[in-house]
Amino acid sequence: MEFAPKIETVGLNLHYGDFHALQDVNIKIPAQNITAMIGPSGCGKSTLLRCFNRMNDLIEHTRVEGGIIIDEHDILKPEADLISIRRKVGMVFQRPNVFDLSIYNNLRFGLRIHRMLNKRDEVMEAIEHGLEHVGLWQELKDKLKKSALTLTLEQQQRLCIARVLILKPEIILLDEPCSALDPVSTLKIEDLLRVLKHEYTLVIVTHNMQQAARVSDYTGFMYLGKLIEFGNTKQVFTNPMEKLTENYISGRFG
Amino acid sequence: MTTARMREKIAFFVLGLITLLVVIPILMIIFYIVKNSIGSISWEFITQSPRNGMKEGGIFPAIVGTIVLIIGTMLFSLPLGVLSAVYLVEYARDNFFTRLIKLSVVNLSGIPSIVYGLFGFTLFVLFLKLGTSILAGSLTLAIMSLPVIITATKEALESVPLSFREISLSLGATKWQTVRYCVLPYAIPGILTGTVLSLSRAAGETAPILFTVAAFYLPRLPRSLFDQVMALPYHLYVISTQVPNIPVSISFATCFVLIGLVFLMNLVSIILRSHYRKKKLW
Ligand SMILES: Nc1ncnc2c1ncn2[C@@H]1O[C@H](COP(=O)(O)OP(=O)(O)OP(=O)(O)O)[C@@H](O)[C@H]1O
Ligand SMILES: [Mg+2]
Repeated sequence: MEFAPKIETVGLNLHYGDFHALQDVNIKIPAQNITAMIGPSGCGKSTLLRCFNRMNDLIEHTRVEGGIIIDEHDILKPEADLISIRRKVGMVFQRPNVFDLSIYNNLRFGLRIHRMLNKRDEVMEAIEHGLEHVGLWQELKDKLKKSALTLTLEQQQRLCIARVLILKPEIILLDEPCSALDPVSTLKIEDLLRVLKHEYTLVIVTHNMQQAARVSDYTGFMYLGKLIEFGNTKQVFTNPMEKLTENYISGRFG
Repeated sequence: MTTARMREKIAFFVLGLITLLVVIPILMIIFYIVKNSIGSISWEFITQSPRNGMKEGGIFPAIVGTIVLIIGTMLFSLPLGVLSAVYLVEYARDNFFTRLIKLSVVNLSGIPSIVYGLFGFTLFVLFLKLGTSILAGSLTLAIMSLPVIITATKEALESVPLSFREISLSLGATKWQTVRYCVLPYAIPGILTGTVLSLSRAAGETAPILFTVAAFYLPRLPRSLFDQVMALPYHLYVISTQVPNIPVSISFATCFVLIGLVFLMNLVSIILRSHYRKKKLW
């Protein structure tokens, strides 16, 4: 695998108190591709994902060692600017967690906190662009004042993605973004991800192996806090190098 | 009917009865006060100063005094209480020191009000030389109200789901922006309830104002923060025990006004609560 990595971890270790949740993880995530992280429950997929925008900082008694290099900067360095990291590395969660606000205000939230675009028409343009991007503009352009909670779950998840896109990130982390959605909506979100990968680097955690196989270009398999295998999705699924990966993919455990 | 359903019915009935028992004394108190104050309550009573050794006239200065004290108390205790709770919930790490603070907050609410009164008297009136004044009284009442406001705010903040904070922070918001836009708006109803509860208590307390602000008889309205004022609970105490031959209906009418004031505060908080429930972004 030869590519310039967008994200690279070097000897990454993470402890929740006494629990060693990530053990010496070295991974290189390619730019403008979809990378899927798979593995059995509790193996540390979410933990790894949350390292990339330093969301684990919120959890008390968490210790992180090693390096996470994004665009040649180690984001674990004490002088790293959390706010710009999180703007550059957006995150979409498992539950479509829109704010209990109007669609318009959900999208404006990020602009507001970053003091971007103060003029009304600029804001409107950004919102239109964001919704357009996730394929919601036609449906919602007349309903921007309505509460985001009135949308379907799929629409809400798309809105969450738009809310991230509007801040012009470079990387988007998705933690089981489809697990609350029905199969049809899931496929639609996957289509969206395939479009987005031309502009953004996507990392998706999923329990659904078919989904990983369908949507991703690269796949990482984790087990008990270790990255067991990483490679081209096709290769990982058809011709895994490790016995553990093979067992997991063939459904022998997990 | 099966015995299980029978039992459930009986349980519901008993619970309903007990709930009713709780409401009855409250209704009786209100009824009793209204019934006894009817002879004295009038427009004149709430807009005029007491006359003729407080046997005639109204209680206007005491109403003003109590309102001033409530506002003063709120100005000190609300920002201090809310900010302390925000610090404890959102910023403070869990360690021995913060646990000690939390424990003291809980224990402070159990201290008798007369102790607050004496404390306020020595600290504000004597040591800080504020004299018996609105300032000293408000500060004393504010300290007394703090524990309830802090506890209520803490609970309101803790009940806001962690995921709200996560989204906001993941979008690159600072901690303060997160608190300001994603946590406080949802906590406001709880904060309001706690604040009104503690201010209602402050409005009705005699002991803390006894040595710090309350005047026995002072028909003139206050001109500065260093003036004394009359206050409803103290006035009630005075006319009930210190002045002979005052018609009981005047005491009851004073009670009625005090309860009315508290009721009004609750009404305002209900209106504000429903306003904030509709409009979460502020
Ligand atoms: N805040 C925490 N404190 C202590 N341990 C934690 C914490 N969060 C996660 N863990 C532990 O770390 C391990 C990895 O958790 P993580 O959430 O990353 O797993 P995951 O692979 O995402 O699992 P799932 O597929 O169930 O989402 C688990 O064993 C979990 O119990
Ligand atoms: Mg997870």
